[in-house]
Amino acid sequence: MRTLLVFSIVAVSAMLLLVFGLSTAAGGRSLAGSYRVTIDNFSFAPATLTVPAGTKVTWTNRDDVPHNVISVDKKFASPVLDTDEEFSYSFTDPGTYEYYCSIHSKMTGKVIVQ
Amino acid sequence: MGKFIMPGSSEDGIDRRGFLKCMAWAGTGAFFIIQGGVLKSFALSRMPHRLATLKGELSFVQISDSHIGFNKPANTDVTATLQEAIAKINALPTPPAFVLHTGDLTHLSKPEEFDTLGQVLQGIKTDRVFYVPGEHDVLNDNGKQYLERYGKGAQGGGWHSFDHKGVHFIGLVNVLNLKAGGLGTLGPEQLEWLEKDVQRLRSSTPIVVFAHIPLWAVYPEWGWGTDDSQQALSYLKRFGSVTVLNGHIHQTMQKVEGNVTFHTAMSTAFPQPQPGTAPSPGPLKVPAEKLRSLLGITDVNFVRGNHSLAIIDSPLQGQEQKGKPSLEEQQ
Repeated sequence: MRTLLVFSIVAVSAMLLLVFGLSTAAGGRSLAGSYRVTIDNFSFAPATLTVPAGTKVTWTNRDDVPHNVISVDKKFASPVLDTDEEFSYSFTDPGTYEYYCSIHSKMTGKVIVQ
Repeated sequence: MGKFIMPGSSEDGIDRRGFLKCMAWAGTGAFFIIQGGVLKSFALSRMPHRLATLKGELSFVQISDSHIGFNKPANTDVTATLQEAIAKINALPTPPAFVLHTGDLTHLSKPEEFDTLGQVLQGIKTDRVFYVPGEHDVLNDNGKQYLERYGKGAQGGGWHSFDHKGVHFIGLVNVLNLKAGGLGTLGPEQLEWLEKDVQRLRSSTPIVVFAHIPLWAVYPEWGWGTDDSQQALSYLKRFGSVTVLNGHIHQTMQKVEGNVTFHTAMSTAFPQPQPGTAPSPGPLKVPAEKLRSLLGITDVNFVRGNHSLAIIDSPLQGQEQKGKPSLEEQQ
């Protein structure tokens, strides 16, 4: 009975870890604990990213045209990112930070800092 | 007569069928003549004969989207294809009075990219080149460098107008101060300038407007339109002949709305997909042998008296291909 219980805990833990790992990877969190947004096909993914305060977020341009990451409220602004170039910004204060690509202004995204 | 569409015939120039027929020729070596809003078209293969009968007083060329600095598939040498476009201009039967470049001169707004463009364009046999910026020319500095190089005598963000042989030309800038989620923008300052600029003109003055992003809603989902273009066009309603030349979408499209003819030019660098046919408007990767059939120049002729503008799209290579479907055909 005890063996079965231990086995179950291990199994559930493994499942939780798997689910947690997958969901956070899809949410932009890498295993190293930093957060990433990918720019691909003229869109930000994930378009909405929720992070704890004090987190560094890194955007990577995977398109073969340049993009940038510009805060609507002028809180941060990346230089132009050519293919595979990155930009990082650390969010210290809680709030919602809307941003867009000022070159292709239909491209929008937001970071929610909790 | 081939594909000659006459007003009053069963295939008149401005109904849907006639328009689509014209669109089928766009970008594949087509010749357009617009008279009082009526569009006639025939294949470029008949051009030498036609051109002789259309020897107008004004001939100019539009080139667009040279993207100097771009070096990825399907074109790793955009300087070479720009040079080929210039060779095509220099071989025209009527040398152009001037050339309009409708933006995206460079790919990344780098000084060396602007330098290369300037050097290459010196090869054009023409008196002058007029410019408007594309969004790729105003990166990082909100257009400061572009204005230093090309903005002499221009207003605000680089908009300007000039007259040539009775035709009024207006270069508009719709790539600055773009709003999140929005399309191209002209902005209140430029709109106010435009209203004043055309106030003094007689309604019979032919107008040619050139700007980078289309001034009509080609495909807003991809940002292919200008938020306040209707306001600008309202100032041009009273004019009998308005031609709007744009770039940005790297393919030819044409639309006639009353007395306004909208036309977009091919790029000299790389093609982009037709609206909605790809996940994004990123560069279209085509086989090397097909590339030059999708790049090219636009030649425009004005004939005084009948207020007509003849618009000819010439690809760098292969003039006899069948056309691409128009936006209207896809919907």
